[in-house]
Amino acid sequence: MTEKIADAVTITHEVGLHARPSVKLTKLAKAFEASITVAAHPNGPWVDAKSIVKVMAMKAPQGSELFFEAVGGDAEAAICALIQLVEGDFGEGNADGADA
Amino acid sequence: MAQMRELQGKSAAAGLAQGTLFVPRRLTEAARVAGNATEELQALTLAIDASVEDLSSLLTNGNAEAAGIVEFQIAMLEDAELRAPAVEAINGGKPAEAAWKSALDTQVAGYEASEDEYFCARAGDLMDLRDRVLRHLLGTAAETMPAGAILFDDEVTPTQFLEADWRQGGGIALRHGSKTSHVSMLARATGVPMVIGLGDVNVAEHRFAQIDGGSGALILSPDKAQNDRFDRRLKQAVEAREHGAAYLNELAVTADGTTIQVMINIVGPEELEQIDPNHCDGIGLMRSEFLFRDGEALPDENQQYRIYRRILEWAKGRPVTIRTLDAGGDKPISGVTINDERNPFLGLRGLRLSLATPEIFRVQLRALARAAVHGNLKVMWPMVTLASELSEAETIMEEVLAALEREGVACARPAIGMMVEVPAAAMTLDLFGHAEFFSIGSNDLAQYLMAAARDNGAVAELADPTHPALLRLIDQVVKSCREMGKDLSICGDMASDPNHLERLIHLGLRTLSVSPAALGEVKAAIHSLRMGEGGG
Repeated sequence: MTEKIADAVTITHEVGLHARPSVKLTKLAKAFEASITVAAHPNGPWVDAKSIVKVMAMKAPQGSELFFEAVGGDAEAAICALIQLVEGDFGEGNADGADA
Repeated sequence: MAQMRELQGKSAAAGLAQGTLFVPRRLTEAARVAGNATEELQALTLAIDASVEDLSSLLTNGNAEAAGIVEFQIAMLEDAELRAPAVEAINGGKPAEAAWKSALDTQVAGYEASEDEYFCARAGDLMDLRDRVLRHLLGTAAETMPAGAILFDDEVTPTQFLEADWRQGGGIALRHGSKTSHVSMLARATGVPMVIGLGDVNVAEHRFAQIDGGSGALILSPDKAQNDRFDRRLKQAVEAREHGAAYLNELAVTADGTTIQVMINIVGPEELEQIDPNHCDGIGLMRSEFLFRDGEALPDENQQYRIYRRILEWAKGRPVTIRTLDAGGDKPISGVTINDERNPFLGLRGLRLSLATPEIFRVQLRALARAAVHGNLKVMWPMVTLASELSEAETIMEEVLAALEREGVACARPAIGMMVEVPAAAMTLDLFGHAEFFSIGSNDLAQYLMAAARDNGAVAELADPTHPALLRLIDQVVKSCREMGKDLSICGDMASDPNHLERLIHLGLRTLSVSPAALGEVKAAIHSLRMGEGGG
């Protein structure tokens, strides 16, 4: 049985988990073999982080906290990468003029 | 042959177009025969794959805003979760189209129920996906718009706009529509004539139509005389554009050597992608209300800041005048403007509304003060009536600047000026000495002066920009500005019309702000003007 890795991060991206950030998050999650779930509350509900339909349905605004859990060979790397993505405002800095 | 019919709507994008009428069929009009569950599953998969393919082909169009929408839609379609309820229903014996529609309707309802306006607006994306797959399932997807046609419908989506081939001309005529919608902006940016607000009309008996995007007219089944008129106008428009194009790179100087500043009016940064900053002397009017779309979330400080900054960077040091939110009148924004005003043009609009909703006003001023670091920004108040309004707005700007400095946020104080569009202000301009610049809004000034509403076709002729009342008032404004030593420009439609140019320049105006499409023609007309020849 592989160990479950978990971590949490606050969304600082100014529009929250909107269309474009969700596309990026699920694409990144899909790059890992581990099964990854995400929730907006520590007690869930937990949804598949590889499904944009589920991730968008969380409707997480700016300032909400995201909780990740992963199980599988590359679980640790997956969690680390996902946290980094959210911390880095999904690669959309203030200066690039991109609206999600 | 059907009788000629002329319909009056509103202008969303200027220009002339004629072609075959194209009215997309309603999805409910088509029907298919369902097979067994295996066949239905396969039909759904094929329809989804075909939809992903359609969307992927849109990604090559290169518009960044469009790409964001399209990538999101593709990701949703490719996610097995989206189709899971439909697959289950098909296995339970439902036909593919009913199963898909019901699954997506559930998604749409979920987004519509959201309290966050952004997520609420995504319901539109889900409807777009629902209908795209349905069209493939029902075999109506082949119905793409023929090149050069006039698209007629209730509304049009950005993906529909991007899918159509506009290189051979064509235009858009809508029963509803909004001048600030994404599609209207795309139409203006790409020069596709577009008319909106035509109302509940039936065009079934007509085959051919002409659009005058500038005046907002749609002509159905034109007769011979109308055709000849339209062809002549088209020919003139093409000639004028070609003639004007030769002057785009030149400074606008009259035949006897007076330099005129020619700036442009824009609603958003998308339009700038098509315009070379070297062709103009800056932006004379950015209508910031386009950022505040009716029914969508209000733009926050960072969103506004990025857009203002993008515009300033495009201008490369040339002046950029951004007008603060001019909502109200014929531009309602739900949650901001007052509903059911009996007389909205005479109501709480422009700066009056901003002063009444300081929480929204402050957000815009913070974004503007932050953007001011990145270029030559001028901020302009709309609909100023009293000097005290000007002082009140300035006080709020000073407070915003002080707060930003306290927070250690980079900011700068932009030059502050006002629109001259209320007759009371125009007649007493000397009382507004603390404004740093003025700009005449000829459309509103004419409507208030002539007591003729802009949105009422029955009195449209009264708002004649050549009436002595307006010309004398402009003359008075020019003189007041000269006495006060303040910059003056004119940014109404009057400035974009080469027929009025000579009058305006003889009245003493030296800065014009025109629609980007008129830039070449206006510059060409200035080159043939002589200041010495007769007065206006």
